[in-house]
Amino acid sequence: MNAREWGVELDTLDRREMVKLLGGGIFILFHVGEPSSAQARQFGRYPDDFNAFLRIGGDGRVALFSGKIEMGQGIYTALAQMLADELDVSLDSIDMVMGDTLVCPSDMATVGSLTIRQFGPALRRAGAEARAVLLQLAAEHLGIPVGRLTVEDGVVAVQDDPGRTASYAQLAQGQRIERQVEEGVRTKDRSELRICGRPAARTDAREKVTGQAQYTGDVQLPGMVYARILRPPAHDATLEHVDTSAAEAVEGVQVVRDGDLVAVLHEYPDVAEHALSRVEARYTEPEPTVNSETIFDHLVEAAPSPQTVASAGNLDDGERLATQTFDNTYREPYLAHAPMEPHTAVAEVEGDHATVWAATQAPFWLGGPVAEALNIPSANVRVITPFVGGGFGGKTNTQHAVEAARLAKLAGRPVQVAWTRREEFFYDSFQPASIMNVRSGVDEAGKVVYWDYETLFAGSRGADLFYDIPHHRVLARGSWGGRDGGSNQAHPFSVGAWRGPGAHTNVFAVESQIDVMAAAAEIDPLSFRLNNLQNDRMRRVLEGAADKFGRQWQGAPSGRGYGVACADYAGTYVATMVEVTVDRAEGTVRVQRVVCAQDMGEVINPEGATLQMEGCITMGLGFALAEQIRFEGRRVLDQNFDTYEIPKFSWLPTIETVLIENTELPPSGGGEPPIATMGAVIANAIYDAVGVRMVELPMTPERIRRALQES
Amino acid sequence: MRQPIQFQLNDRPANLTVDPNRMLLWVLRTDAGLTGTKYGCGQALCGACTVLVNGEAVRSCMYPMQLVEGKEVVTAEGLARNGDLHPLQQAFVDHDALQCGYCTSGMIVNAYSLLAKNPTPSRDEILAGMNGNLCRCGSHNRVVRAIQAAADMMEGARP
Repeated sequence: MNAREWGVELDTLDRREMVKLLGGGIFILFHVGEPSSAQARQFGRYPDDFNAFLRIGGDGRVALFSGKIEMGQGIYTALAQMLADELDVSLDSIDMVMGDTLVCPSDMATVGSLTIRQFGPALRRAGAEARAVLLQLAAEHLGIPVGRLTVEDGVVAVQDDPGRTASYAQLAQGQRIERQVEEGVRTKDRSELRICGRPAARTDAREKVTGQAQYTGDVQLPGMVYARILRPPAHDATLEHVDTSAAEAVEGVQVVRDGDLVAVLHEYPDVAEHALSRVEARYTEPEPTVNSETIFDHLVEAAPSPQTVASAGNLDDGERLATQTFDNTYREPYLAHAPMEPHTAVAEVEGDHATVWAATQAPFWLGGPVAEALNIPSANVRVITPFVGGGFGGKTNTQHAVEAARLAKLAGRPVQVAWTRREEFFYDSFQPASIMNVRSGVDEAGKVVYWDYETLFAGSRGADLFYDIPHHRVLARGSWGGRDGGSNQAHPFSVGAWRGPGAHTNVFAVESQIDVMAAAAEIDPLSFRLNNLQNDRMRRVLEGAADKFGRQWQGAPSGRGYGVACADYAGTYVATMVEVTVDRAEGTVRVQRVVCAQDMGEVINPEGATLQMEGCITMGLGFALAEQIRFEGRRVLDQNFDTYEIPKFSWLPTIETVLIENTELPPSGGGEPPIATMGAVIANAIYDAVGVRMVELPMTPERIRRALQES
Repeated sequence: MRQPIQFQLNDRPANLTVDPNRMLLWVLRTDAGLTGTKYGCGQALCGACTVLVNGEAVRSCMYPMQLVEGKEVVTAEGLARNGDLHPLQQAFVDHDALQCGYCTSGMIVNAYSLLAKNPTPSRDEILAGMNGNLCRCGSHNRVVRAIQAAADMMEGARP
């Protein structure tokens, strides 16, 4: 349904009218709270009044309208659990309406593992408020004071007369009540929760196993055509000449052109693709200046001036206390997100209104650019987000939606733009290549006495110290966000967040360096860590992992291939231990076993949290062992999964996870933390196995063979 | 160019007039309106488009329509019977063997063919048999568990 069919003019639609559009019921409007200043800088501010709401309808269904989206991380289920518990309804009475900009209030974007951590508590307050409203209605209806009522499964009953009941459906019928949640609403104590903290099966699973779940590419509108767009061979190439006559000769093809945007449209995507291959085009490319080999020298030149992340004591004093000092440089290349679903968008333009379906983590960021491209008010753009086939930080751009909108306007009918895998690799906003310089030292007792850390283009996440080091300094030069990464045109293509952005890079360097020092001090890597940190939560995850993994740690290299690494990712603590085998002749690494312990505060859905941990571990094998984008100038050489290798079934280790019980703290994010440890833990295990220290990711067979030859 | 092609599609006769050089994936997704089968790479490298042709798992993105004539094609939509999930589908649900779900149709169909050939696969045989199906979310561990569970369920149901 488009905006017109809703009978509304979006540009005159006020946020409260938007709620009225939904008819009767009990509406609870709520606000997630102020974003931190860093988030506001990066993502923009939240609306002032409300940015999500609930509706309890006359049919007893509870709907949550939220700007968040489901891309596999499981919030579809976990948010429903949080709400069901507060409201005392069953999980299956909740409907999630997500990422539709017409009916859902703006909510930044679904990024940074923030949904449960930030949105969750506000949702709980809204659920509590809704329950209070319903209890008040029930009290009036039954003529019994609220204090004598109980609720179970959406039915209010009189405590001492359980036969007298009123269901939420009855109570909501014919009502039109709107409440805004105020601060200070009391939510349930942990002991009162029945749904949170217990495993819940994914509520979207049935649709997904039967092929019924709708993704953007599955949207088919009457009269819709598929577009294939002419692409340059390199970024910033200029189109000099184009001849589309051979393409136009293909039956049913329409070629459209608007400046540099040249596209072939057809009712079948594959015929459009075939016709596109018949377009002749000539480009001039910018002179190549860097490639995947020379990029690190370039980045050292291009890095902006440092910002101090942390600092204490005096580095010179620290260095004087050290009996052994270490100076290493660690590097990570560009990485692709490579979600299984490439960027896809469908656009329908009618007059000065547009509806766009898009594979996106940020539906509310699309309206502006689409409106600008169509020269219409941004309030006239409705964005709908079907299921998203993976994001990992990569689906926050707007190009696909803008392309679909421009082409729909040009063609005068709905257009689907579905990127090919090559386009997905070409236009990805890569995890930037990064360099970490680490100088450090230990004293005779095996205490780390100084730490001088500098990161280039990885930002500060994962670089904060949780070790007790009296003299330290942590500097960040540029970050992972934006094309320039904090410096004008440092990168040859756009870069951005990649699952656990910056953190998996920094933790690779930090936790490798800790291991280097442990080995030199001839202390086993677990004891060395425990000797150098007092943080209770970190100690608990290390102990928790060791309880499961085993405690036969020895000074490395022990020849057994054990590794350990730990991280604090935005308040979630994680420790990972692995066992690897290394084939000395081939240089191949096989991760046999992974144990991961995590403390994420309160756990809403242990099943979902565990699944996310396993996902991070499995995905993390990729950047540790194989993934790297190769490029020459502004040509991206990797175009498909034949050369850009992502983790496969044959790589799969046994995975054991431990969730550390911590009911003291509110829930923190779970979509990213363990991936932060995967580079370091495997590097450390390789060292323990064969005594070579890998300082550059990925740790490919070729690099391992070379390191073994040099050792 | 176009010609009629007759085949069985999810147990029903299909008669489509299409260009025989077109790939099965796109005909399924457009002409047949079955969008459960996904595009992932277009070069038979990821397995998202896997369907069964005469019981064999094939990558439909590189499987031309001319080879489909007279054959039986089964997609993810065709595995449930009268609303009852196939044991593999049920096991994927029970073991949370998916996250974003985009690769799931191809995973289940490929596993179906794997179990048809080897009803009691070992873990290593599952890893080898599923190696051509990519998942970026990292659900592999659960997929293996689900396939093992489905194998047990199907083995138990056999006379």
